[in-house]
Amino acid sequence: MIDISKRQRIGIEVSIAHAEMVRLCRPDGIAAYPITPQTHIVEHLSEIVADGELDAEFIPVESEHSAMSTCIGLSATGCRTYTATSSQGLQLMSEILFIASAMRCPIVMGIVNRAMSGPISIWGDLSDIMANRDVGWIQIFGNNGQEVYDLTPCAFKVAEDHRVLLPIGLNQDGFTLSHVVEPLETLTQDDVSSFLPPYEPKMRLDPDNPIMMGPVGNVEIFTEAKKVHDDALVASRLVIDEVFAEFGEKFGRNYKAVEEYKTDDADTLILTIGGTLGETGHVAVDHLREQGKKVGQVLLRVWRPFPFEDIRRILGGRKLVVVYDRAISLGGPGGPVASEIKTALYGQKNAPPILSLIAALGGRDVRWKHIVEQVEQASKDVGTGKLPDYQMVGVRE
Amino acid sequence: MMNTKPTCAELELGAAVITPGSAREYETGDWRSFYPITDEQKCIACGVCWIFCPEASRILVPRKNKGSALTPNFYDFDPKYCKGCGICAQECPTHAIKMAQEEI
Amino acid sequence: MDGLPIHLQNEVDKSTMIEIRFHGRGGQGAVTSAELLANAAIAEGKCAQSFPSFGPERRGAPVLAFARINETKIYLREQVYEPDIALVLDPALLDVLNVAEGMKPGGIIIINSALDPDELRAERDFPCQVATVDAQKIALEVLRRPIVNTTMLGAAIKARSLVNLESMKEPLDNRFGPIAARNYNVMERAWNEIKIGGAR
Repeated sequence: MIDISKRQRIGIEVSIAHAEMVRLCRPDGIAAYPITPQTHIVEHLSEIVADGELDAEFIPVESEHSAMSTCIGLSATGCRTYTATSSQGLQLMSEILFIASAMRCPIVMGIVNRAMSGPISIWGDLSDIMANRDVGWIQIFGNNGQEVYDLTPCAFKVAEDHRVLLPIGLNQDGFTLSHVVEPLETLTQDDVSSFLPPYEPKMRLDPDNPIMMGPVGNVEIFTEAKKVHDDALVASRLVIDEVFAEFGEKFGRNYKAVEEYKTDDADTLILTIGGTLGETGHVAVDHLREQGKKVGQVLLRVWRPFPFEDIRRILGGRKLVVVYDRAISLGGPGGPVASEIKTALYGQKNAPPILSLIAALGGRDVRWKHIVEQVEQASKDVGTGKLPDYQMVGVRE
Repeated sequence: MMNTKPTCAELELGAAVITPGSAREYETGDWRSFYPITDEQKCIACGVCWIFCPEASRILVPRKNKGSALTPNFYDFDPKYCKGCGICAQECPTHAIKMAQEEI
Repeated sequence: MDGLPIHLQNEVDKSTMIEIRFHGRGGQGAVTSAELLANAAIAEGKCAQSFPSFGPERRGAPVLAFARINETKIYLREQVYEPDIALVLDPALLDVLNVAEGMKPGGIIIINSALDPDELRAERDFPCQVATVDAQKIALEVLRRPIVNTTMLGAAIKARSLVNLESMKEPLDNRFGPIAARNYNVMERAWNEIKIGGAR
């Protein structure tokens, strides 16, 4: 058990760190179904609830579809609500994800990113969340254990803000983050309680004040409902920035929606999302810099709402941007992140050439050495018309 | 032996496995730390161990000493696949099976 | 250091990084030993990382576990492909896979075996330094079970001065409670009894 009365530097498995922080955030209700590699989170939470260390209702449900349905019920009655899933589990609850956000339920969900089968894979990549881009949730990514830990109270705070009231997915790479023991600085219960006030629902199901949440939306209102939802998701960025700034002031660790590393004088950028690409990419960037190449890195932390302005500002005018994806839009525009980056830059005067590379699918490593080679090759190919629309790397043809 | 790194061209349609019984190639016998010893006097060849064995590693072998046994064969283990889980010993209705430690 | 804005974080420093690959079988505690080592290094103020080779867990199946230790933050998120140390908990694995694969120059293979390390090296034609410790015997004597993970950890710590042996006490206490002392005992024994062969 972590001593929550003092801040300390400890070694801990990232799943457990996330679960321990969920505990400090004091959810009222958790409804979850186990699926590798999320299992350590929900197992730990169910243990600490059973041991009386977390005063929450833990509801073991029979499927992920039921988990999200139950979470909506919990949230609608005014509970601070948490769940977690991966891969097929996320997809099984997919139809309900749309409902959760449309009903403005500020549920926090840990998404331990894992490949969508088939073939059957339990290993990590981002195809689960990329198949759920349009569900109307806020989506953020942690690149290491410290970030996943710190972003957890931020997630609750953003979601429950009355200017937002939207569910939020906290994405963490399956296995490569979730199952790794690494060091991080903990926070105390007092730290978290002072940062994250109790949940005050704006609206809830209450027999004394009967309302209907989640009604039918007929032709006359559906469009307007979607517009309001889209506006709210876009506007949540303001609150995200505020919450990150407040966290930074209080605890000394500053997070941004889009992080930059050595971008100032870079003519070439790699763009990454998630910790596997993000941190291994960091190694590649330093190596390229040692060789005198002016390479920098952009790390996407906020995926929804999509950070159009940051992307245009940071990527504009570069000689080359190599966008790494851990998912592929089959038969479509290649890497999901790359395709959205291209969309953001379409029509911009200084739009850079973009190479979409798809790597590290289904748990395969992306090696820093290969990133170096890929960037070097792309630097040679740019401007010669040789850059493909997208390319999967490391394939044994 | 299994090709663990097939190329795209070598994958079957839908990554299907078209060789039947290919699990046979994976000899899991060297995984075990314990192995089952069956007392053939007590074994009545009821087949309960055979049903419960998760690795299909119970095999009929001839009794050395038929004596008054009803069957010419009794159940022993297949060392190529037996993982030493002990389920057979647990389930045997005549307690004919004991688990012993493998030599290292 | 961790969690600072990216532009303030350290540059990657791999000069002091040690990478370790643990070869064991499911249920033998390879993953646990990687974790114990990482926690000890972290308690000493270092950065460390430990993780299993991610796969379906089955008792008895060959498994790999990995650990990295560094003075500064570790950014690599890939398996250990170029170990400085390969730790072989079950000598039967020597017939199943190449434990020397990717070994860095100056690396060492440490094997649970009563054999002489230089003889074993010659017999197996290993391209690097070899060490042996009869972890099976030590574990059976002290723990009365053939679980060699903590014993082997003692050998690894000695072979390359990974951490102070003392730093293992707290992680052992946290993990093993009442039997921590005996596990520390086997570590100490291995630390003393390891036979380190010639370097090339």
